[in-house]
Amino acid sequence: MTHTHSDSDPSSVPISHSRVVDAEDQRAIVVALAGQPNVGKSTIFNLLTGLSQHVGNWPGKTVEQKTGSCVHAGHRLRMVDLPGTYSLTANSVEERVARDFIIRDSPDVVVAIVDAAIPERSLYLLAELLLLPAPVVLVLNMMDVAEQEGIQIEPQVLQAALGIPVIPMVATKRDGLERMLDAIVAVADRSFPYAPRRPTILPDHQEVLSRLIALLASHVPDPYPPEWVALKLLEGDEGVWELFREVAPEAIIDEAYAMLRQHEDAVLDVAGARYAWIGRMIRAAVVRPRVGQVGLTSRLDTVLTHPLWGVLALIGILGVVFALTYAIGIPLQEWLDGLFGGFAESLQDALLRVGTPAWIPSLISDGLIGGVGMVVTFAPILVIFFATLGVLEDTGYLARAAYVMDRFMHLMGLHGKSFLPLLLGFGCNVPAVLGSRIIESRRSRLLTILLAPLVPCAAQLAVLTVLGAALFRDAAGVVVWSLVSLNLVVLAGLGWLLNQFVLKGEQTAFIMELPLYHLPNLRTIALYVYRNLIAFLQKAGSVILIASLVVWVLSYFPSAGDVSQSFIAVFGRALEPLGSTMGLPWPFIVALITSFVAKENTIATLGVLYGDLGPALPALLSAPAALAFLVVQMLFVPCVATVAVMKQESHSWKWTLIGTGILLVVSLTTGVLVYQIGTGLLGG
Amino acid sequence: MISLERLHAGDSGSVAVMEGGHRLVSRLAALGFTPGALVTVVRNHGHGPIIVSVRGAQIALGRGEAGRIMVHQKKERV
Repeated sequence: MTHTHSDSDPSSVPISHSRVVDAEDQRAIVVALAGQPNVGKSTIFNLLTGLSQHVGNWPGKTVEQKTGSCVHAGHRLRMVDLPGTYSLTANSVEERVARDFIIRDSPDVVVAIVDAAIPERSLYLLAELLLLPAPVVLVLNMMDVAEQEGIQIEPQVLQAALGIPVIPMVATKRDGLERMLDAIVAVADRSFPYAPRRPTILPDHQEVLSRLIALLASHVPDPYPPEWVALKLLEGDEGVWELFREVAPEAIIDEAYAMLRQHEDAVLDVAGARYAWIGRMIRAAVVRPRVGQVGLTSRLDTVLTHPLWGVLALIGILGVVFALTYAIGIPLQEWLDGLFGGFAESLQDALLRVGTPAWIPSLISDGLIGGVGMVVTFAPILVIFFATLGVLEDTGYLARAAYVMDRFMHLMGLHGKSFLPLLLGFGCNVPAVLGSRIIESRRSRLLTILLAPLVPCAAQLAVLTVLGAALFRDAAGVVVWSLVSLNLVVLAGLGWLLNQFVLKGEQTAFIMELPLYHLPNLRTIALYVYRNLIAFLQKAGSVILIASLVVWVLSYFPSAGDVSQSFIAVFGRALEPLGSTMGLPWPFIVALITSFVAKENTIATLGVLYGDLGPALPALLSAPAALAFLVVQMLFVPCVATVAVMKQESHSWKWTLIGTGILLVVSLTTGVLVYQIGTGLLGG
Repeated sequence: MISLERLHAGDSGSVAVMEGGHRLVSRLAALGFTPGALVTVVRNHGHGPIIVSVRGAQIALGRGEAGRIMVHQKKERV
């Protein structure tokens, strides 16, 4: 047994090696990857697991769980990517998930990935991990960024100080991966002399900690080490307190409570002692840059976080993102659209020729291919949009965007972080709603989810561009621009109202790390694109498929394909009084209703009902009615896929329906106002 | 003692006291704001969030949060 732990050190925890892996055993070595956000953890995980990875949710949590496996030197390694966390307190769901996994599932090795460019701060997580009962391998990632910022680290010196394997790495260049895998195997099969130095707590609280450990030693749930539970209680950890209260007898709880009340300040001491420990560990191993040496990050940030230049830079950068997206994406989208259209048509012809009943070809080409195909044609636009955003994210820029937008987000009672999911919404509202997970407080997350549908998605923008051009010809540019602005104004206004009167609550803390700038990594960006695109396509494959079949049934029956006599037309005509308040004939109302399935449907429905849109449209609508229609379609209820994820992420039908209902009312009211005022002005 | 919110860009100080709920204090402590830690203000425009450098990392803090961190100001500007 090479593990040392002195009894005088109350925070040391014995290492359990109950699940030893030897060469005969085919059991995999279970490896948990831990690290803070922006540390390249995902890059390392992807390099190791490649296509073997499985993405799901942690049981009962809206936190992504990624697992995968790889083989190294004859051992199978099962990798579990823990959520990115700065520490292991109960401050967030992610932190609870990470520590519960390490304690309850006892992985064979935990890999702590830290940012070599900010060794002091990022070793804090290691200080916490070393107190848990699993051996740790330390990876110093982003050694290149550290060098660029003038920080030199000697890994062997740090390894000697810590007594655990320390591996330098540049994951973006695959540098250090082999050595890390060697170290994992060496720790798992105990060929590495693993003898960690663990942080201790300051003398002021040592006595109370010992008493606490003695008090609750036999009153903690099974896999939890009493020393760790006691330390966490001293830190005021709510999660551990709940855990303890469930199993301990009343008298013990009361006694512990009294002790903790007297040491409420201990949290700072415990954290301070960990940082003091880090200071001792890195003293000999890290050389800092000379004072006054200005790194790349500081130089870029003079502009990018400036209150004026920063905002202008953001506008310029987003301008480039949109220009690229649409310059490359739209032609691709049109090409795919033609491809699907041609395919559907020839399939329909072929089926008719073999003599199938008339409704089958229509179901396949209009219902299936038409519905899902149209959604899929948006994939190129989304790939380009998410790829450009992925570059901005991976270089570290998006954190700056959140910072400069913070002032504006405050008007809605949100802070800068909410800007990031909303930005995704310009691609597709589904990943925008999913992206709200980065926001810590439930209130802000809910508010962001409710506002996300007001960000015009790629499909809505496409509809706006096509119809704007058809309806307004030369003035189309102004109209498109004003309507996008209107959406953002309504978003801000609704956010303000909800914050003032409905979702009242304390301003939540804005605390966000600004990572050092670094070169983007292709794999990380590819993964970012893939994740966001899959979120979109999965919905297209399920929810939108079902919904487009329903619409097909309603528009095909009972009139055997004559849309103008179908159920949907009957329904549309019934709503004609509503349409007339906006100057809209019933097909436009039907188009809005089908846009609930997918926003692109607006054009398709009008195309079916009116034939060729270009020449027909301007004759059908007066200018105020045309404007009213575009306003309503931009502000209308989100598509069914977005509603589905709103429910999933808010865990609440009530809020999903409230959010959708508000948009229904707001869009129709604005439409009526636009038409009535417009007609009044033109008529009067 | 002066709150971090009131320091100008370039000023620095060592953390003395943090006010506020346990959750906030615990989060800040994990990020390196512990008594004695040296904090340098990188950006502070008098409105909007500020950026500080602590333990080698750059952290954006809302004004509310910055106002709760009291520091002993260091005389010399860094």
